[in-house]
Amino acid sequence: MKYASQQVAKPYFIFALILFAGQILFGLVMGTQYIIGDFLSGYIPFNVARMVHTNLLIIWLLFGFMGASYYLVPEEAGTELHSPLLARITFWVFAVAAVATILGYLLVPYAKLAEITYNDLLPTMGREFLEQPTITKIGIVIVCLSFVYNIGMTILKGRKTVVNMVLVTGLIGLTVFFLFSFYNPSNLVLDKYFWWWVVHLWVEGVWELILGAILAFVLIKVTGVDREVIEKWLYVIVALALISGLIGMGHHYFWIGPGEYWLWLGSIFSALEPVPFFMMVLFAFKMVKKRRHEHKNEVATLWALGTAVMAFLGAGVWGFLHTLAPVNYYTHGSQLTAAHGHLAFFGAYAMIVMTIISYAMPIMRGRPQGNSSSAQRLERFAFWTMCLSMIGITLALTVAGAAQIAFQRLPESGEALSFMATQEKLIPFYWIRLFMGFVFLAGLLTYFASFFVGKTDKLSHA
Amino acid sequence: MADHFTKNMARNIYYGGSFFVFLLLIGLTFDTMLELPKRDHRENITAAVVQGKKHWEDNNCIGCHTLMGEGAYYAPELANVFDRRGLGNEETFKMFLKGWMAAQPLNIPHRRQMPQFNLSEQEVNELADFLIWTSRINDNDWPPNIEG
Repeated sequence: MKYASQQVAKPYFIFALILFAGQILFGLVMGTQYIIGDFLSGYIPFNVARMVHTNLLIIWLLFGFMGASYYLVPEEAGTELHSPLLARITFWVFAVAAVATILGYLLVPYAKLAEITYNDLLPTMGREFLEQPTITKIGIVIVCLSFVYNIGMTILKGRKTVVNMVLVTGLIGLTVFFLFSFYNPSNLVLDKYFWWWVVHLWVEGVWELILGAILAFVLIKVTGVDREVIEKWLYVIVALALISGLIGMGHHYFWIGPGEYWLWLGSIFSALEPVPFFMMVLFAFKMVKKRRHEHKNEVATLWALGTAVMAFLGAGVWGFLHTLAPVNYYTHGSQLTAAHGHLAFFGAYAMIVMTIISYAMPIMRGRPQGNSSSAQRLERFAFWTMCLSMIGITLALTVAGAAQIAFQRLPESGEALSFMATQEKLIPFYWIRLFMGFVFLAGLLTYFASFFVGKTDKLSHA
Repeated sequence: MADHFTKNMARNIYYGGSFFVFLLLIGLTFDTMLELPKRDHRENITAAVVQGKKHWEDNNCIGCHTLMGEGAYYAPELANVFDRRGLGNEETFKMFLKGWMAAQPLNIPHRRQMPQFNLSEQEVNELADFLIWTSRINDNDWPPNIEG
């Protein structure tokens, strides 16, 4: 570690992983409720479990992005972080707000939560992924501003590398587009139109800049390839991501009110969205092949390569599968959407956070060349268990989605099965998904265990 | 990547290209805003529809259901429930919805359970008005059939 202030990243990473575990537990509750409908339904209704599952995901990824930025920006800028104290305060504010919000979801009925947080003063609740009370949303904005200020000041006083510039554009975009979550008009069509300015412009827009920057940083470190080469790739990848993704938002505008030209624009531009992800795969493998030194943290390299491949599969391939309007007409809002959502979020965003953790955490713990080989072996096993079980979940949901479309969507009215009757038929696939979910949990626990083994082993570089 | 393609060129594509496309998105958004009144029939958004949307949000309905295909995939699509359960008749639909909401949770073993939200008769009617207005949005003929 080059600068002492990089150390502030550590609590961010640790807390991110704790929330990740919570996300998986609630995922398993829902996976069970998909099969046994009344499982825990009196205590954790499905809508509550889902809100906790998706909100934990968003929050832990934000903690991960913040930790990643606090770690890599000082090193890239060649200077200490502007204010480590502010970063520590921000951590506690965000952590307390996150825990309070999740407890609010679990302990009181949602309508009650809306009431006691004065949602009526500025109603923003009750929309998918933006379920947080308005007061929490204001807190998120304050946390993001403090974070972007701290990172921005650090970059201003230091080297403005391409990695830092791409990262900070992503972070500014993340903060700015979140402001659309405060716009909740009574016209549902306008509500939905601008809801996507948060959701799509995050995950298919500015988050890709963050992903690209973190990946580029780790590749520079573990391969030792000339920065000039890596930076050129990074520019091209993020350029293509935005050029395809911004208008690619049209694939969400097919069936919610906007006019017909979005069918064309959304189909054409979003069909190009896999291109930057494919380039990311080429980029990662090429850099590792051209590596100029053998970094002893081999498992961090594995995570970097894995992120590129899984992001391409989840976001690229599974996204393309249903992005063309004539196909999406039948697949929209089916289990196929859920399949894509799982593999894309895991492959692109969960994995990039684990990539930077895998690289940076050992360094922050005084192991500059990575963990001991026994710890790395365990982490590698966890990597494969999580990746393969997530592919298992995705395949199960894909088959469920295809069956759902065949029973419920393709036949004419009158012939088609109802939603609930269709769900009955999908139960065998839901069992496979649930089983894969438990395998994923085993992988996650193994991953956690890898932080605690091999402390006494001879360090692999010694 | 080829050597004659320089980092400066890549940078210009990133900043210039994304800026240009973002402007294009803003332009398309303006155009869509001009077109939407004809498609969403906002002249029919009554006070009851506004209240209905609020009940929809306050009870996190989107946490199980989809509305125009967006939301959770655990319970049926509701943008066309007016056509499916009310057969296009407003009175019939309101009668149905009142009975349905009152009957929750159904407590059928192993069936997915919808919670009891304790909405008043007026609130259920407002929710119905919101769903009726929603069903009339021009959404390019989605879903493919009545089952949603």
